[in-house]
Amino acid sequence: MYSHGSESLIKQAREIQESELQKFYGRLVRLLQAKEVGHETIDSLQRLHLILSATKFTRILPPELHKRILLLISSPLEQLQVLSSAVLRETLPLSGQEVNYSHLNSHAASLLVSQARSRPDVAPLCAQLFRTLESRQSEGPAHSITHTLPILNTVITHSPECLTEEHVTLLSKKLVDWLRYASITQGGGTSSGGFFSGPRSRQPGPIAELDGTVSGDFFTVLCVGQGFTEDQWMNVYSFSMLRNWLLTYHSVSNCNTTADSDDRSEVDGSVISMVSATSSSSRLLPPKERLREKAFQYCQRLIEQSDRKAHKRTDTELQKACLVEAVCILDCVCLEDTSLVYRVFPCIKALYGRLCSDLSFARVLVPIAQFYLNHGEMAAVDCEPVWQLVFGRFPAELFNDPFLAHELLRFLRLNIENLQLRVPQYTLSFPNLLKFLAWDSSAMVDDFVDLLPSLVTAGTAVELLHTLLDLPCLSATLVLQLRSACLPITEPSGRILQALDAFRNPSVRGLFLFLLRGEAGSGDTIERLSTLHELLTESADWPRVIQCAQTVPVLLHIFFNTVIKVADEKLLAHLILVQLERSSLLLKIPKYIKEVHRVFSCHLLKLCKLHPSLVVDQSHELLEFAGTTANVYSKEEPLLLCIRKMVWVLGEYLSVSCDARCSVRLITSCFEALEAVLFEITSSAPPAGAVCPNPRVITTLMSALAKLASRSHDLIPRISLFFSKLRTVTRGGSAAWCSDEEDLVAIVTRGEELWSLLKAPGVAQSVLTPPPHVNTAQWHRDTNVAMPLQLRTITSLTHSQ
Amino acid sequence: MVRCFLVHTVCPVSALSAAESRVLYSRVFGPDETVQHEDLDPEERRLQQRERVAVVARQVRSAVTLSREASGRQLVEMVPGEEALALQEADSGVVRLRAGDPFSGEMSALWVAVQSLGFTMVCEPHENLLLAEGTLKNLTRHCLEHLHMLGPGSEVLLKGDRIDVLLSRLLPHGQLLFLNHRFAQSLEKEVSAYMTK
Repeated sequence: MYSHGSESLIKQAREIQESELQKFYGRLVRLLQAKEVGHETIDSLQRLHLILSATKFTRILPPELHKRILLLISSPLEQLQVLSSAVLRETLPLSGQEVNYSHLNSHAASLLVSQARSRPDVAPLCAQLFRTLESRQSEGPAHSITHTLPILNTVITHSPECLTEEHVTLLSKKLVDWLRYASITQGGGTSSGGFFSGPRSRQPGPIAELDGTVSGDFFTVLCVGQGFTEDQWMNVYSFSMLRNWLLTYHSVSNCNTTADSDDRSEVDGSVISMVSATSSSSRLLPPKERLREKAFQYCQRLIEQSDRKAHKRTDTELQKACLVEAVCILDCVCLEDTSLVYRVFPCIKALYGRLCSDLSFARVLVPIAQFYLNHGEMAAVDCEPVWQLVFGRFPAELFNDPFLAHELLRFLRLNIENLQLRVPQYTLSFPNLLKFLAWDSSAMVDDFVDLLPSLVTAGTAVELLHTLLDLPCLSATLVLQLRSACLPITEPSGRILQALDAFRNPSVRGLFLFLLRGEAGSGDTIERLSTLHELLTESADWPRVIQCAQTVPVLLHIFFNTVIKVADEKLLAHLILVQLERSSLLLKIPKYIKEVHRVFSCHLLKLCKLHPSLVVDQSHELLEFAGTTANVYSKEEPLLLCIRKMVWVLGEYLSVSCDARCSVRLITSCFEALEAVLFEITSSAPPAGAVCPNPRVITTLMSALAKLASRSHDLIPRISLFFSKLRTVTRGGSAAWCSDEEDLVAIVTRGEELWSLLKAPGVAQSVLTPPPHVNTAQWHRDTNVAMPLQLRTITSLTHSQ
Repeated sequence: MVRCFLVHTVCPVSALSAAESRVLYSRVFGPDETVQHEDLDPEERRLQQRERVAVVARQVRSAVTLSREASGRQLVEMVPGEEALALQEADSGVVRLRAGDPFSGEMSALWVAVQSLGFTMVCEPHENLLLAEGTLKNLTRHCLEHLHMLGPGSEVLLKGDRIDVLLSRLLPHGQLLFLNHRFAQSLEKEVSAYMTK
């Protein structure tokens, strides 16, 4: 597809020599001077465009060439219009360039728009467009007026203030005419230039619906005919920009109106909306309100028309798109004038009834859900079934539709506060919602970074943590679920043979079904988690599972950062337990395990620092974790980091000043547990196959033991004995348990420091267990309190200078 | 409205080194983004616009790679004449572009990947994405056919005006159109007439 030929073309265009370029310019000028436009001229213009667009820096054309190309923009030959517009877009506009705004074709207009630097540049174009719209006759070919609407749409998207009040009123009136009062007979051969020159006496027939029946009502985008009249084309262009128009000029906060007219329109609006309850009086409405009314009618008709069975597949797709647009416009219109809700809701409700059981209309049901969310309460309608679809069936059955996922998650993001208020099952639906993420992690992670905080509640936090940790398992299960549905039961499943067999095996099916559950609340996790992990071992190298595993750490961070805001100490204690438990209970993907340990080590520490009394509560479990010598001999850095932090936490916070419940007995038993570990790893060479224990683990253990000993002085002799033995053993310069000489020196030095410190127990206590206020900034910055500053002051006072 | 439409490489091709990618066609609609905010000169403006397009292409490229990796599907070589089949087999998806990266507001970049080329349409997120998806697939089919993109030729580079005309009919000034098959036929006839000149 992209060949070497193409690449070399681009290179040539980029690296063209200046002299060759100037020659080329000259040749082109000569070609353009000629009366005839030949093949060579077109070819050269195409090459010129490539040369200009191939480089990052902007090439400037010689003024003579630039002027000639500018003239081409109003050429009758479309190819010249297109090429000149494309070329000029890639270069800088000539200074002092005069623009003739009348008779602008579409390509010239797009050049002007692309060069527009500010509102004053766009305003004359705007004015010209409105002049064109106001004049009855269209001077150029039939489509010259049709492009006014797309250009206007561009203008109002970027600078809506370009349109004056009169412009808005005028266009509102025109839109009403085109939307509601376009011809209902087929266009003759007029717009196709006499191609279908049939007998002129034949009357044009009526327009038809998409299923072939004759149309009984006004023209819409879902009507067909042999040819189309100009106002029917304008009907299409009008509807295509209608929503943007309504959003720009009909939204509740309208920046264009002055304070006075605001008051007036508010009063008028409230009177008029009662009148608009009956459409027959719509002629009396001001243009804005009239447009709103006609938009409502148009959308209502589209909804009816979409129920017809179209003959062509592309038309069926269009019907769906029209339904989405109609519902969105109706939502817009109801937000502007809430009295319309009573007229609109029955229509939406009927549509919902028609579509709710057909999953192929899922993408239409998302805007319907938005409508229910916005207006359901006001209309006192039961929205329950809608939420069951959105949070139930859609994620469970359509998790692999990337467009639905994108739209549904966007809907959630935009309505988070409202959903949390009005839809109680939102926070319980995370097992289902996470299926989107488990399937297509790279595309969905961004949305979940935004959504996850809203799903963290005290009631479901533990289950959510388990679910996040098992997200790769969910990913694998979804793959199996889809495969299982596609492959007949008797056929061998190729690569994923074992896992698929397990998935279909009734005795373990329950494990998978738990992962596939739709709602939280039936249990935090399953007992046989390790069995599940084993069954899914081969999924550890499936790309989808790996991609999913890569997104889990960032979500865990978000989870922990959010949960500390809503959790009480009991819940935090439970979360610590979960972390300790799960650190050895994860799907066997080595990188994944490492990253999860890294996250745990960060947050375990954070939690303990925030609530030191948790250490006393969980001391047993923390000791169990840190005391498992198998862990200590691990080669995995993050796991060792975890252990070190837990040991540090035990040493730091197991004291009476942190928690009054900390008894001497507790300190002693903790000391003994850690002492045992230290003795074991420093008494002999590591077991076969293991590496030497990490030196920092050893020093952390020593420091923690010293801290504990400083709080219960009976323990000091025991640890001092160890330090003295340490010195003796290592005097030879090496030890079986430490291969690196520098590390050994560091360990021994630390031992000596702690040993000397412990010789003065009172000092040891102040240094190793400082009172809390020492750590506050004030202790160091406040001149009344900070020791160094006091000393400095005294020194400067006493030194004779 | 649609903010831009681009055609770019989405996976390593023999003509390029592994990390490189090329934007073969790009069209940005509407006045430049930075109109209201800064006082840049036109040259800087053009450069910024190109860089925005390059950022979009990079993000889509990454999304396509990950999507193809996850699905594990093998790419099948197609030849000219098999455009409809190529479109059927194509991967598609949508990337969320956060505000600031690279457009000032949040955008949705819809993409269709046919072998080594991607066709991307960047829309405002509240836009009718169902309509956008249909339009994008239609544009892709036309591009493949009229520029013979399944073959080794370089027409997409030299005959970019054909895409311009295609866009001017099916996506005029970035406006998505609700076209039933009759309206579409009428416009496509005009496009074909242009292509045969």
